[in-house]
Amino acid sequence: MNLEDYKGIYVFIEQREGFVQNVALELLGQARRLADELNDKVYAMLLGHNIAAKAQGLIAAGADEVLVVDAPELADYTTEPYTQAICKIINDRKPDSVLIGATTLGRDLGPRVSARVKTGLTADCTKIEVGANRELLMTRPAFGGNLMATIVCKNHRPQMGTVRPGVLFAIDADTSREGIITDYKVEFDSSKIKVKLVKTVKEETDLIDITEARILVSGGRGIGNQEGFDAMDSLATTLDAEVSASRAMVDAGYIGHERQVGQTGKTVRPDLYFAFGISGAIQHVAGMEDSDLIIAVNKDKDAPIFQVSDLGIVGDAKQIIKKLNERLNK
Amino acid sequence: MKIVVCIKQVPDTTEIKIDPKTGTLIREGVPSIINPDDKGGLEMALQLKEEKGAHITVITMGPPQADLILREAFAMGADRAIHLTDRKFAGADTLATSYALAGALKKLDFDLLITGRQAIDGDTAQVGPQIAEHLDLPQVSYLEDLKFDGEKTFTMKRHIEEGYQILEVEAPCVVTVLASANNPRYMSVGGIVDAYQKEVEVWGKDQIEVDETLLGLKGSPTSVHKAFARGLKPAGELYEVDTDEAVGIIINKMKEKFIL
Repeated sequence: MNLEDYKGIYVFIEQREGFVQNVALELLGQARRLADELNDKVYAMLLGHNIAAKAQGLIAAGADEVLVVDAPELADYTTEPYTQAICKIINDRKPDSVLIGATTLGRDLGPRVSARVKTGLTADCTKIEVGANRELLMTRPAFGGNLMATIVCKNHRPQMGTVRPGVLFAIDADTSREGIITDYKVEFDSSKIKVKLVKTVKEETDLIDITEARILVSGGRGIGNQEGFDAMDSLATTLDAEVSASRAMVDAGYIGHERQVGQTGKTVRPDLYFAFGISGAIQHVAGMEDSDLIIAVNKDKDAPIFQVSDLGIVGDAKQIIKKLNERLNK
Repeated sequence: MKIVVCIKQVPDTTEIKIDPKTGTLIREGVPSIINPDDKGGLEMALQLKEEKGAHITVITMGPPQADLILREAFAMGADRAIHLTDRKFAGADTLATSYALAGALKKLDFDLLITGRQAIDGDTAQVGPQIAEHLDLPQVSYLEDLKFDGEKTFTMKRHIEEGYQILEVEAPCVVTVLASANNPRYMSVGGIVDAYQKEVEVWGKDQIEVDETLLGLKGSPTSVHKAFARGLKPAGELYEVDTDEAVGIIINKMKEKFIL
C-alpha cells in the first residue's frame, strides 16, 4: 500500500429521516480544520433516499465535495447497504481518512466498514490532531475514562475514527463557500441484505438523568430566587446542558430532588460542571469532584468550592450567568 | 438451536485507580469479571435455551487466567467452553482480535452468535460487528431483546438514541447485546461443582483457520502512540475581575477544553 495514493478526509453524514445530525456538522468542521492544515480536501458522504436537497448545506459546513448516494435501499439505516455504499466510495476514491459519528448508528457501521476494507478504526475519539508525518493522532479515553490513549494507524488507509457527538465543533455555516455536488451511483448486492427493519419507535426522552449530561449548569444558595434559576435554565438551553443544584435549591423548592448533586443526591462527572453560587460543602463536592472541568463562580473568595474548581471566578453568579448567556447567543 | 457466546475477561474498571506518582493504572488487586455486556449476552442465550432448547458454547480469547470466566459460564449453564489462547494473539487491536475469533468460530456450527456490545476496558464496540464481517453474516447491534420463532427467524429490539427499533433477521446471524437487556443469573451451587469437572477446550493458532501474519500486534493496523493518565488536577486558577472579563475567561476556558 502506497500511502501517498490516499487523499482526502471523508466524513460520513449521518441523517435520520432526512435530518442531518449535528455530529455530522461537527465532523465536517473538524475535517475542515485538519484539511486546511494538511492542504487536503473535505468530502461529505451523504447517504439516504430523497436527501439530495441537504447537500448544499454540507458545503456551507465545510465540504469541498458532497457525494450523494441516493437509493431506496438507503432510506432507513441497516448495516449492509450502508456498508456497501461506504466501501464502494473507499475503494474508488482511496480516502486518507474517514470520520464517522460515534452514535448507535456510527458504532454499528464503522467496525463493519473497517473490517471489510481491512483497516484500523479508533473508537470514540475526543481529539484528532495531525502528527509529524501527516498522519492523524486520535485520542480516546479507555478503562472507563481513567486513561487516555493516542492511537495511530501507521500503514493502513484509510485511517478511520468515530467521534462522539458534542465533542468537536462545527464551523459557522458559510453559504458563500463553493463546492461540488456529485450524484454517486452504487450497485447494491441485494443477496447480502438480510436484516429487515420492521419499525422505529420513538420514546419520550424527557426523563432526565443528570448523570448522563455532558454539561451541568448547577446552582446553589447564591442563585437566590426564581429569576436566578430561570437565568440558569436559559444558559443550560444555550449550552444544550442540564440544570442541577445543591441541596439548598432543592430544599427551597426551585428544583426537584432528581436534579440534586451530592452525597444525598447524585454523583455526576460531566465534561463541564458549572457551580454557580455553590459554596462547596463536602457533601456537595463528593458528588461532583470527578467532573472533567469545574468552573465555579462565588462571591466569597474563600469558598471551599474554589479548592476543587479548575477555574474560579470571584463574583456575582447571577450577573455572570446572564452575561455569559448573552455572549454565547451572539 | 446452537448458540455461541463470545465473552471477555476484564478488570472491573470501577475499581481501577491511577498511581498518583507514576500516572499509570494500578491493576493489582483489581477483580477480574465477565464483561457486563457479554454476561448479558450469555444470560440471553440461557433464556433462549430454557424457552426453546439450545446448546450453548462459550468462547473467550485471552491469557491462561481467562479460564476462570469460562468456569463461571459453565456454572451459569453453558454446555461447552473454548479458550482461545496463544502468544501470537497478544497485542491485537480490534481487527486482529476479531480476525482470530472469527478463525475459531469458522470451526463451529451455530444459528446465533452473541457478543456483548462492548467491553468496559476498551469501550470500542467493534469486535462484534467485525466478527460478523469476517464471517460474512448479518449483524444487529445494541440488542435489548430477542425472540426466536422456533423455525429460523429472530425478532430483535435494538436500542437507539431516540427509542428503539424492531428488526427481523434469519439464522445464522450475529448480535451484540447490552448489559441492560436482562439481569444475569447467579452461578448455581451444583453448577459451580460441575464447572470444575467439565473440560475447557484450549485452542491455539494451529487449531483455527487463520493467516498468522494477521494475528496479534503484527496483524493490527492501529497502535498506541502514547497513553497517559488524565492526571490529577493542577491547582485551579482564581480570578477576581469584572463581569465582562470573567465571562471572557470562562468562554476561553470552554474553547480550550473543546466544549465550545
